[in-house]
Amino acid sequence: MFGGIGILMLFLLIGEAISGLGLALPGNVIGMLLLTAALSLRIVRLEQVQGATNTLLDNLAFLFVPPSVGVMVYFNLLGENWPAIVVSLAVGATAVMLAVGLPTQWWMRRMERKHADEGDPL
Amino acid sequence: MTFPPVIPQPVLWVAVSLLLYVLAKPLYQRVRFPLLHPVMVTGALLILILRLTDTDYQTYMEGGRLISFFLGPSVVALGVPLYVRLQEMKRSAPMMLSVVFFGSAVGIVAAVVPPLMMGAPDVVVRALAPKSVTTPIAIAVAEGIGGDAPLTAVFVVLTGIYGAVVGPVILRLFGVTHPIAFGLAMGSAAHGIGTARSLEEGQLQGAAAGLGICLCGILTAILTPFLVNFLLG
Repeated sequence: MFGGIGILMLFLLIGEAISGLGLALPGNVIGMLLLTAALSLRIVRLEQVQGATNTLLDNLAFLFVPPSVGVMVYFNLLGENWPAIVVSLAVGATAVMLAVGLPTQWWMRRMERKHADEGDPL
Repeated sequence: MTFPPVIPQPVLWVAVSLLLYVLAKPLYQRVRFPLLHPVMVTGALLILILRLTDTDYQTYMEGGRLISFFLGPSVVALGVPLYVRLQEMKRSAPMMLSVVFFGSAVGIVAAVVPPLMMGAPDVVVRALAPKSVTTPIAIAVAEGIGGDAPLTAVFVVLTGIYGAVVGPVILRLFGVTHPIAFGLAMGSAAHGIGTARSLEEGQLQGAAAGLGICLCGILTAILTPFLVNFLLG
């Protein structure tokens, strides 16, 4: 598991370095893309990182706790702006749901009809 | 004044956060009521404890920082499910990428325009822009565009809860029933909380939701700076 953490930290380091050179993407996202590429090119094997990855991702919610406590600093700001925030949350999430769900539904049904003989829905 | 005086503050607040979370998690697994999401319960109890003990946020974050440090490697770790899901769904990958690209752009605009028109302050609008995506990415994006990390973190959790509760109802209403369409929509709109809800429907739904988190996270990170600069000037 510690080897896996080491690999993740190495990719984070490379990602942060590239991001620091002036790319608009956050370093952690660059690190994620590089790790996906390294897995596809077999530079990193799945078994090397899977243990560390599962440990981190299974407990991901816990890592959000400290930032969410930060809301105590903003009680007034949130209280004054709650209608705008509620509308943004509801409209934003509903829009993403339908913008992704409806085209995918249409495409999947079309693919299924096309490949029904091959018995492969994907 | 700090409380209690004998224990080093970082150790104390890491321990208290961990203890509350370990208690809140099984509670949620038993009741499955999204408003009792462990992050909400733990966050609310911590704020209460900090208020009662007269501890400020900076002091809490001496310990909190040690926890949130791991958000960095966790985003990198998302590369593993991204690789696995792309292998499983190779043939649909280009379609999914284009759909989620469209969905991410719509999501940013739909999150930013209403509060802008309702006259919310700049700092709130900027913190709302990346709220569809998983917290660690959202925080990095928010910091990049002059938003505020704690505000964004709260908006992300609230979005996830809204998506998990209301999402399945909306999707059913509009006839989005295919497991991959359902999962991809839930993961893109409501990140990890939407994924947990999708897993309750089935493995394929959960897998598609996992892909939705990764794709929407990457695309939102790319799109947000451009769209926010365009909309906010």
